[in-house]
Amino acid sequence: MTAPADVFTAVQSQFPAASARPTLDHPAINVPMADAVAVLTNLRDTQAFDFLVDVTAVDWGVEATPRFSVVWHLLSTTKHNYVRVVAACVSDTEPVAPTISHLWAGANWHERETFDLLGVRFEGHPDLRRILMWDGYPHHPLRKDFPLAGIDTPLPDLEVGELTKATAAPAPMMGGPFVASVGEMNMTDAEPSAKDESWNERSNKPAAL
Amino acid sequence: MVSPNTELAYNSKIEGDLVVTRADAVINWIRANSMWPMPMGLACCAIELMASAASRFDIARFGAEVFRFSPRQSDVMIVSGTVTYKMAPHVRRIYDQMAEPKWVIAMGACASSGGMYRSYATLQGVDRIVPVDVYISGCPPRPEALLDALIKLQAKVQKSPGTTKDLL
Ligand code: SF4
Repeated sequence: MTAPADVFTAVQSQFPAASARPTLDHPAINVPMADAVAVLTNLRDTQAFDFLVDVTAVDWGVEATPRFSVVWHLLSTTKHNYVRVVAACVSDTEPVAPTISHLWAGANWHERETFDLLGVRFEGHPDLRRILMWDGYPHHPLRKDFPLAGIDTPLPDLEVGELTKATAAPAPMMGGPFVASVGEMNMTDAEPSAKDESWNERSNKPAAL
Repeated sequence: MVSPNTELAYNSKIEGDLVVTRADAVINWIRANSMWPMPMGLACCAIELMASAASRFDIARFGAEVFRFSPRQSDVMIVSGTVTYKMAPHVRRIYDQMAEPKWVIAMGACASSGGMYRSYATLQGVDRIVPVDVYISGCPPRPEALLDALIKLQAKVQKSPGTTKDLL
């Protein structure tokens, strides 16, 4: 098994801008967005990271800058180790990352999902459409400024929307979101429940003091 | 001397081929005992729906075994599963394509109220887009609960007034 340091050293010898990323499990590398494709190609071709496990992104919060990071997880099916590559998006408002669907065909749908839910545009992607939400949905639901309950939006089919007067309305949270109690042994108490039931649809959440 | 009539059943030789009733009652009886479902199986509840149709629970006993995947041929839409906003318009369009008279059963917590999916992606109850006749609680409801809902719906159909008037 390649020691964590070795993967990083090998990458850094070719890409001096790469830096080690604090990690609790597998080796992780920060790279500038401009180097991302070259680093991933290099890992695939010279270090036998032949399997793309995941492409996703992180929204670090509305205030944070850089706000979005794109994350790639690679696995070597011959050496049996993982590596995580992270690149911060340059723009906080219009996050962009290069596609790697030409390196691993499987990246295609991962990138569509990341675009759908977090709004990261993958440049060069052959078919960057939404994959979970419907075409024309105006929001990116996994962004931190998007409420879990949702935002009132017309239904995907305007005709049906007009007929039924239904919209994709915010879901009632009844004091939720529902959170499980960690470490609670009694199943009834451990069950996900609203932690603050003092507010719901009828009485608003009190303003922070 | 008149001998007592020992016939217990209806004898067409004596009484003739005739039953007297009301048109409403006949039509309702026919409708209630041959409800062809439109299986709108959208998530886990659909597994229980399939079980209801299989040998152990056998929905055929109640005249509803003919699952039609064409809305044109079905009478009752069984919405079994989570209705996402992306799917919702299709559910409504299929409902619109069903011939009158038509009924809807909302099977399970998701179809009835959105269930545990209090989220941006899930329709909070299919009754927001189609009229529902019977709701079934449970996540998922057991097949018996679906059969019970079907019997309740049959009772509702049997009681529906003015059927003949609507037809004429
Ligand atoms: S009610 Fe429960 S079993 Fe039925 S579709 Fe929803 S989550 Fe699945």
